[in-house]
Amino acid sequence: MKESMIRGADIVVQSLIAEQAEIIFGYPGGAIMPVYDALYDYHEQIKHVLTRHEQGAIHAAQGYARVSGKVGVCLATSGPGATNLITGLADAQIDSTPLVCITGQVAAHLLGTDAFQETDVVGISMPGTKWNIQVRKVEDIAPAIAKGFYIARSGRPGPVLIDITKNAQVDFGEMNYAPCMGFRSYKTHIPVEKMAIQEAAELINKAERPYIVFGQGVVLGKAETELKFFLDKTGIPAASTLLGSGAISQDHPNYVGKLGMHGNYAPNLLTNQCDVLIAIGMRFDDRVTGDLKRYAKQAKVIHLELDPAEINKNVKADIPVLGDCKESLSLLTAAVSEKTHPSWMAKFRELEQMEKDAVMQHDITPTKVGLTMGEVINLINQYKADDAVLVTDVGQHQMIAWRYFNYKKTRTQVTSGGLGTMGFALPAALGAQLHDYSRQVICVVGDGGIQMTIQELGTIMQTKAPVKIVLLNNNYLGMVRQWQQMFFDKRYSFTELDNPDFVKIAEAYSIKAQKVTDRGDLKEAIEDMLIHDGPFFLEVVVEKEDNVFPMIATGCSVEEVRLS
Amino acid sequence: MKRYTIFVITENFIGILNRITIIFTRRGINIDALTASESRLEGIHRITIEVTATEDTVIQLVNQIEKIIDVIKAFYHEDEAVVYQEIALYKIPVSRLDGGLEKVIRQHNAKIIAAEPDFVVLELTGHKEQTQELLEILKGYGLLEFARSGRVAVAKRMLTIDSLLK
Repeated sequence: MKESMIRGADIVVQSLIAEQAEIIFGYPGGAIMPVYDALYDYHEQIKHVLTRHEQGAIHAAQGYARVSGKVGVCLATSGPGATNLITGLADAQIDSTPLVCITGQVAAHLLGTDAFQETDVVGISMPGTKWNIQVRKVEDIAPAIAKGFYIARSGRPGPVLIDITKNAQVDFGEMNYAPCMGFRSYKTHIPVEKMAIQEAAELINKAERPYIVFGQGVVLGKAETELKFFLDKTGIPAASTLLGSGAISQDHPNYVGKLGMHGNYAPNLLTNQCDVLIAIGMRFDDRVTGDLKRYAKQAKVIHLELDPAEINKNVKADIPVLGDCKESLSLLTAAVSEKTHPSWMAKFRELEQMEKDAVMQHDITPTKVGLTMGEVINLINQYKADDAVLVTDVGQHQMIAWRYFNYKKTRTQVTSGGLGTMGFALPAALGAQLHDYSRQVICVVGDGGIQMTIQELGTIMQTKAPVKIVLLNNNYLGMVRQWQQMFFDKRYSFTELDNPDFVKIAEAYSIKAQKVTDRGDLKEAIEDMLIHDGPFFLEVVVEKEDNVFPMIATGCSVEEVRLS
Repeated sequence: MKRYTIFVITENFIGILNRITIIFTRRGINIDALTASESRLEGIHRITIEVTATEDTVIQLVNQIEKIIDVIKAFYHEDEAVVYQEIALYKIPVSRLDGGLEKVIRQHNAKIIAAEPDFVVLELTGHKEQTQELLEILKGYGLLEFARSGRVAVAKRMLTIDSLLK
């Protein structure tokens, strides 16, 4: 054995350092122990955060990746350690979050024998990863990690899983790390067709009621400035998807609101009145489109999109503009003429006023005794920093927080969009906070979701991450209850919760906690929370049976958006 | 619904076939036949998949297959745009070999490729309709076993794998 040879486990850690990973979220176990042993030697070069469950580790890595734009890294053992990552992988896959997850695996000679903690994680994770691989030999470790990082962060980002057998971790090999620069079966750059730009520009210039809908592709493509220039020049009203929120400041004069099932009234309704629909970095999710047969049928559709598989998947594009939207948006901005659309814009503002009168007023300044989720978020807006990150779970609180949070900066929106994973918020907020201790990270969560990953309060305690946790407690699985009320004759089947004393739980983890039940105490509590130096747990008891409106019920068209 | 042939040109990596087939499974689409083989170039495999679906669906399947990291290219053709063959093997008991069968073999251009004390194996290559027709006839001759391959096909369009690798 040559002196330059090192253990496979050291190669794993050195490869992560070579990829400039700063932080690993993980949980040890038998088949990954050699890597954990190696980590002991590198704690000055790379940080490891021990979560309380592997699902917590992967959601934390997602939160970290979403706010930083970097690849989130996750480490777990074989068998149950690996299977506990699956929800996070599926979540990252559908929300295009770059991750590299490394799992330990039983020794190669035991593969396929039902060895202790053996599971076919490559098989199980296949539909939920952008790419995965099993490494059985020490010499294959570094190339697999290099390729994994390249795949995770390039093109349309996504999660990668690398399963490394124990023998490969303990064997000795050479460390010659070469970053991956690309390979023949995987094209990351699609040149934008000049012809498509020209056709799109002509259509936009002739349009009387053009309308922009943008999604997370703008953030992933780092095209926020390009989008702003495009809006500035064209004067076209623009609405964001759930994950696109924050790509431009909500203060932008062209910004008209949010799209989708619980989005704003005008952006949904007027989708069916525009003559040209310009979709940028979004995939026409069913929660955005409602009934596809009645979605924007009157409009010519221009679709700026990086992933060819998204073109014509849900909505037929008259002019597909394939490629990186950073590139296509600047080309398009140069090709269109300067314009304003005052009367068309006025229509949005008119409907916005209707929504304010019919919905927002009740939500933000309620007249009844019970607290509303909307007034909590509205108060947070008054005290939060401009670049505060909002991390939400899934359900009513998620929709309300999204609706009322005032997004001013990019990468301030962290939520489980496509998969709708309850339990996402608490660990994701931890991950987002660990990227930058000085940034305000506000985790808004419901009483259902928080109990799916509440053990991560332990990780918050141990890392002292100053996450501000706002629990909106209505003692119900609120979104399901709302559907039961509206569509299942108020048969509240298994949606009411007997909850524990959350403040005591938080305090047991040495986290400062407060419970608010009266409107009069809310303002001060939020102020106290946001200036507190350290993690803070604020439970707000809200109205039990409030509903989220506007709403496009399943199977309805965007123009059937309801205000009540 | 129509019959389409999907060609997939891919790196030869473990699990690639699984990654491709789950795209069909997810949409609840049945694969009529599938063949995989090494291509003219070492390390590159070609997979031929026969599927009955609408063209819209096939386009989406192909796009999603092509999205797989290790897939170099995927495309689809209607039957008219490909030259294809299938091979079928028929096992017949020797006791049923008579003048009638000899005539059938001649008419269908089938071959006897193996003769054992108890049985013979006939081979026929052609389109499914042809091998199916012979199958129906041989059922009357005490057919013991039957196997048919998936489609082996090349596209009529001039396109080489080499050009896809650039």
